[in-house]
Amino acid sequence: MEQLLIPKEKLIEMYRKMLEIRLFEEKVAEVFAKGQIPGFLHLCIGQEAVAVGVCMNLRKDDYITFSHRGHGHCLAKGTSMRKVMAELFGKSSGCCKGRGGSMHLTDIENGVLGANAIVGANIPIAAGAALSVKLKGTDQVVVCFFGDGAANTGAFHEGLNIAALWKLPVVYVCENNLYAISTHVSTSTSVKDIAIRATAYGIPGEIVDGMDVIAVYEASKKAIERARKGEGPSLLECKTYRFCGSFQGDPQEYRTKEERLEWEKRCPIKTLKEKLVKLGILTEELDKKIHEEIKANIEDSVKFAQESPYPSEDEVGLFIFA
Amino acid sequence: MKEREITFAEALREALREEMRRDSSIFLLGEDIGVHGGDFGVTRGLIYEFGKERVRDTPISETAILGIAAGAAATGLRPIPEIMFADFLGVCMDQILNQISKLRYTSGGQMKFPLVIRTATGAGIRAGPQHSQSLEALFVHIPGLKVVMPSTPYDAKGLLKSSIRDDNPVLFFEHKLLYKLKGIVPEEEYLIPLGKADIKQEGEDLTIITYGLMVHKSIEASKEISKEGKSIEIVDLRTLSPLDKETIIKSVKKTGKVVIVHEAWKTCGLGAEIAAIIAEEAFDYLDAPIKRVGAFDTPIPYSPVLEDKAIPSKDDIIKAITEIL
Repeated sequence: MEQLLIPKEKLIEMYRKMLEIRLFEEKVAEVFAKGQIPGFLHLCIGQEAVAVGVCMNLRKDDYITFSHRGHGHCLAKGTSMRKVMAELFGKSSGCCKGRGGSMHLTDIENGVLGANAIVGANIPIAAGAALSVKLKGTDQVVVCFFGDGAANTGAFHEGLNIAALWKLPVVYVCENNLYAISTHVSTSTSVKDIAIRATAYGIPGEIVDGMDVIAVYEASKKAIERARKGEGPSLLECKTYRFCGSFQGDPQEYRTKEERLEWEKRCPIKTLKEKLVKLGILTEELDKKIHEEIKANIEDSVKFAQESPYPSEDEVGLFIFA
Repeated sequence: MKEREITFAEALREALREEMRRDSSIFLLGEDIGVHGGDFGVTRGLIYEFGKERVRDTPISETAILGIAAGAAATGLRPIPEIMFADFLGVCMDQILNQISKLRYTSGGQMKFPLVIRTATGAGIRAGPQHSQSLEALFVHIPGLKVVMPSTPYDAKGLLKSSIRDDNPVLFFEHKLLYKLKGIVPEEEYLIPLGKADIKQEGEDLTIITYGLMVHKSIEASKEISKEGKSIEIVDLRTLSPLDKETIIKSVKKTGKVVIVHEAWKTCGLGAEIAAIIAEEAFDYLDAPIKRVGAFDTPIPYSPVLEDKAIPSKDDIIKAITEIL
């Protein structure tokens, strides 16, 4: 039987966190369909292993930045469901007091420097946070999550060049889910593997199975330790897939059902569960308990969000300036 | 107070040096700002005192320069990025428009962005249309950003020090033709608050509202007019965002006649905003239509003859004054 070097508790924690994100996202979709969440939504169903595998290696005082598809990253880094759900509802009890919403989730207390709705813009910002760490002489690390689409922006090139040049403590994690909305990587990207672009900056680049949380955990552990030791940035490309549309209501004409079903066989939560059950780490009883606890927390977060007040109209001009 | 004359560029350098000595969280970054001292020499010599960690030469990567400044500011430092020419702000517009000016708001006040973007603005050095523009109105339009443009060495130093100490992002425009201008600057420390205009010249018959290099052209123009026994008040805005409406309105009420002068294009320039404010808040005090003097709506031409024609001259200002005086 396969042996794992990761402690049992940690494996259960990974499973729990991924499941939490999955069930949270499913609930968000449900509440959104009822019209309780305004705007539009980008869910990360299918991609949970990336955020969880990476964030399991991070400390509370480490920083993350990510894209518009970031509910999972925020939860993985430690933001409470209540704060995220209330923010999605646009309520004053949300992590951004209702000013940001889904695409701007920020939670400084937990090192969440923010989602960013401009594709690629967070790449140089992450380098700036890493420069800050370096100049202050602490051993924090910054992780910057972005998608395959962002890897084709100018900000990607400028950010990675300087991060490498200045040996900044930042890890760049590309979540390649094959599509920038409808555009397949094969029609947008000159190379098969985005990780190979690391060579251009003289930094380590690694292709990671983004559907395997343990693979993500191991690869990011190395990259994060390297950054923490002051040896500079890395680029990880996690090959993954979103089981849902790019946004809620996406007709998904650009891909086949067969393709999706093939990827769903590799669902990161399902495969980890099978592995843990086989290893005797996870029992049906424990699994049931975990499900129940998560569901209760999610229901609590929805209730909290529903019952929270909206921001006062009089405060529309608050937070423009410090 | 001990007074001496130094140039506009020297005044800016003194502000940077004093503030960097006072606060170790301040650092500079930009293209060729180290040994080269910046294309206009403002940061010359600072690298020898503060080292290359705090005076950081960067690649030609304006988006990264401002993105890095944003990330560093959000996590507790006070960066002063330099964008060599204001025209290049177009290259990194996203970081100003969508990041630096917005992330405090979208985070519900969790972050602040204490940074100053310094940049060289304006025409007059025959540098052509990609190195000569006056783009301040584009940025005054954006909430969450302060915009400053000094006209004298004294103001340059005091305003830059205040900008550095401000907890909000400030876009600091330095007119290229002013860098060598000499003026009195005290050796003792002083600050000039942001958001306060300055009456550069008191007068009774007409108000010129202006800023930057055009303050000097307006003063020259007013001298010609004063020969005819009329006195012109000159309001130097100094801070373009937030605008000092109080000083503007007060002067309008005093003189009843207004000419707004800026080097930027007339169409949708800052003059349009100022004229609208006056119309809304002091209409009854106006004795004549508001006049605006701005650049001809064209890319700034290379040929000296054309460049001089495109941007406002002393004669253009005199013409506008005499039309309503």
